[in-house]
Amino acid sequence: MSAFFIDRRLNPKGKSLANRQRFLRRARAQIREAVQKSLKDSDVADAAKDRKVRISNQGTKEPRFRLDPSKGGKRDFVLPGNKHFVSGDQIKKPQPGQGGGAGKDAATSGDIEDDFEFTMREDEILDIFFEDLELPNLVRTALSDVQMSNWKRSGITTVGAPTQINLLRTMRNSFGRRLALRRPSLAELKALEEEIALLEAQDPHSRNEAQLASLKTELERVNHRRKWVAYIDPVDVRFNAFTEQPTPSSRAVMFCLMDVSGSMGEREKDLAKRFFVLLHLFLRRRYEKVDIVFIRHTHDAQEVDEQTFFYSRQSGGTIVSTALEKMLDIQRQRYTTADWNIYAAQASDGYTQSGDAKRCVELLENELMPICQYYAYIEILDEREMEVFSSEEAGAELWRAYRTVAEHWKNFATKRIAKPSDIFPVFHELFKKREAA
Amino acid sequence: MTTPLFTEPEWNFQSLDRVLKAVEEVAIGDLKLDPYPNQIEIISTEQMLDAYSSMGMPLMYNHWSFGKLFAREEGLYRAGQIGLAYEMVINSNPCISYLLEENSMTMQTIVIAHAAFGHNHFFKNNYLFQQWTKADSILEYLAFAKKYIAACDERYGHAEVEAVLDSSHALMEQGVFRYRRPPRPSRAKLIEKQRRREEHAEEDYNELWRTLPQTQEPPPPGPDLSDEDGELFSGGPKLPEENLLYFLEKYSPSLKSWQREILRIVRHLAQYFYPQRQTKVMNEGCATFVHHTILNKMYDKGLLTEGSMLEFMASHTAVVFQPEFDDPRYSGINPYALGYGMMADIKRISEEATEEDQLWFPEFAGKGDWRRVLKDAWANYRDESFIEQFLSPKLMRDLRLFVLADSADAPALTVSAIHDELGYRKVRSTLARQYDIGVSDPNIQVTGANLKGNRKLFLEHRMHRGVPLHTSLKAQVLPHIERLWGHEVSLEEVPAE
Repeated sequence: MSAFFIDRRLNPKGKSLANRQRFLRRARAQIREAVQKSLKDSDVADAAKDRKVRISNQGTKEPRFRLDPSKGGKRDFVLPGNKHFVSGDQIKKPQPGQGGGAGKDAATSGDIEDDFEFTMREDEILDIFFEDLELPNLVRTALSDVQMSNWKRSGITTVGAPTQINLLRTMRNSFGRRLALRRPSLAELKALEEEIALLEAQDPHSRNEAQLASLKTELERVNHRRKWVAYIDPVDVRFNAFTEQPTPSSRAVMFCLMDVSGSMGEREKDLAKRFFVLLHLFLRRRYEKVDIVFIRHTHDAQEVDEQTFFYSRQSGGTIVSTALEKMLDIQRQRYTTADWNIYAAQASDGYTQSGDAKRCVELLENELMPICQYYAYIEILDEREMEVFSSEEAGAELWRAYRTVAEHWKNFATKRIAKPSDIFPVFHELFKKREAA
Repeated sequence: MTTPLFTEPEWNFQSLDRVLKAVEEVAIGDLKLDPYPNQIEIISTEQMLDAYSSMGMPLMYNHWSFGKLFAREEGLYRAGQIGLAYEMVINSNPCISYLLEENSMTMQTIVIAHAAFGHNHFFKNNYLFQQWTKADSILEYLAFAKKYIAACDERYGHAEVEAVLDSSHALMEQGVFRYRRPPRPSRAKLIEKQRRREEHAEEDYNELWRTLPQTQEPPPPGPDLSDEDGELFSGGPKLPEENLLYFLEKYSPSLKSWQREILRIVRHLAQYFYPQRQTKVMNEGCATFVHHTILNKMYDKGLLTEGSMLEFMASHTAVVFQPEFDDPRYSGINPYALGYGMMADIKRISEEATEEDQLWFPEFAGKGDWRRVLKDAWANYRDESFIEQFLSPKLMRDLRLFVLADSADAPALTVSAIHDELGYRKVRSTLARQYDIGVSDPNIQVTGANLKGNRKLFLEHRMHRGVPLHTSLKAQVLPHIERLWGHEVSLEEVPAE
């Protein structure tokens, strides 16, 4: 009896990946809805994690014909575990929805369930959430940018660097050449030598001298030819070829302006940070090359790195215009409009030094908006204020000032956030894909 | 005294090998089993989940429903709500069984005895499997199916292929021959037919004709419709037809030949799995009994340590546990419990029959040859007939079985038999009937097709004892039939008796 053990553990895994992707594709609409809902109430930090998602069965139903004894007819069935029944006893029927035991054989629960729950991976969730979001008005620039080219395989050439040798082709060519030029193989040589050795081992008188002589000449010829026709010739050698493929780049830079003054309490700073974390995730996920500039300000603005932006504490007075000035500075120094798409996102609580709002509006109207593709302003309020300022018009000084800018510039957006669950919907609205104008 | 085969909890290939040989010795030498050659594969958890989601087969065509199943199973597994089957085995020659890499050595021993010998023997020797499945060629067929469907995907587009598969899956249970033996072409013949089909399709295709407006005449159904055993359909369909997929494959006015091939693939798969649905109790009972017997024999011989046996006992008890009907864990009669219980009882009756046993089972009670009786049962019965023949009063008492009569319009259920003298026969035949899938599956047949007129298809559900189809599910499946047929379909429910 033959039996084998086969260790398959090292076999390629993820055979179900293709099926999983088909399922995700099929249920896309439901999944998107469920992901939006599920992310709304959760932490931005948790967005980057696996989570359970519940989707409606719509579109992914697998119906089968099933009997429904509750609707009509008669049947008998057997149960185990009789305690005290005797023949003739009557048992009241369990209400529908209760007691799984008796009626289970009719319909499998999977078919008539309305919801289906499963676990989605972090990257799948982010992809779904960010799928219909984009940086608006992204203009394709800088086709001439040499840095961004791709090297693609483009066949075989006869010249190249030794590291790019294509061994298969080379050996193939060499074999063909050796065949064509009738280079004797090692096997042939060995066979010949063996024959000669055999003959030589025989008694010198009884052996066939003529044959030995001819074999020896043959051996000479073979050796000569083997030397003459090289095993590998430069003419055989082939290399893998690569060509450059320039990829059009759309370079973008996102300025993140955060108000870390005293008037922003811990809660407000936290909300602002969460918003920027989400923005950061979005940019990383969807765009390969986006520069992000972090500027934080109190009565004074500084450019900082990511770590400081998100983690360090600071406090002070509030002069918003310093941030805008800083942004302008950096832009003029490093990001010319010819090559870069400029975006900005600003978070503040709306309270700034009196008179500063006017300066901000000036800067925006005259300097910044003309060069920005999109500018998003997020005002962080607390719940009470949210109710007080329920209309779009009413608001603190900065808000009202910015409203005037919004009236003049289509690519200027203002939104409010009061609690964490606002962040996702607001983000979604800000960066929703728009129809091409 | 012999030394135990292993003492460590972790397995390694040497101990697996020793165990395999020892198990084989008991299985073949003592129980005289007759299995296919074994191919035992060690796999990881993820691969087991993969296998779950492809009907247990190592090869399967791609479909989103498998992705959905995988997602659900994976979720449940991660949440700890289900344990993975520690065994999975395929009806093929050689017989492929899977061992999970996380199993302990004792578990691997159990799995080898259970799957590689118990299930294996059953697959090879049971008449249903012999008649309706081809263990030698199933994997090749699956390879063909997978490639074919992937090729269709490329050629005709993802959405189209998915549509056909969705509808075929919905009708899978109605895609089997139940009463008539399906004709069985050899694989060579299959490939030849496929080639002819493709050739015909290529010839048929003509750039010029393609752009002409469609004529009013109905297109002839598919290029090659000769039935597998050679008859042509010139005379029209044989009605009534129980195999819906077969009927649609041959007679649908609107399917293209590649779509018909897909229907054929799905129904072949359904046919392959059909015996498994009819022998769940026997198959699991056989494998459980085999592993129980073999492990005990090995322990008797000193080949297993007591620690091992304890682990085995714990696992075995869990597997054959039958919750009572009012236990919140109750989810039907556990086929392992019933199957193993019956076979263990057959052994008991063989060896130490009581008067009652002599009365009920005169053919083998007390004669001691339980090996022969069991092998004969495994070969020649299916669940329904096995229960009808062999369920003993003792087991009925042990499980305290009782019969409920349920009438849809009555407010209460009536207990119509319990485990006593008066009730044994009724309990037994009622339980047997529950495993008759001719009864538990809806009996739906094609009764007419107006091929020359409005092309309406007529289906009938013959209600057994007046039990109708689930309304909303019926409403969901009908559009699938209509999609495959291409025209209106009516499904009427009539009383069978």
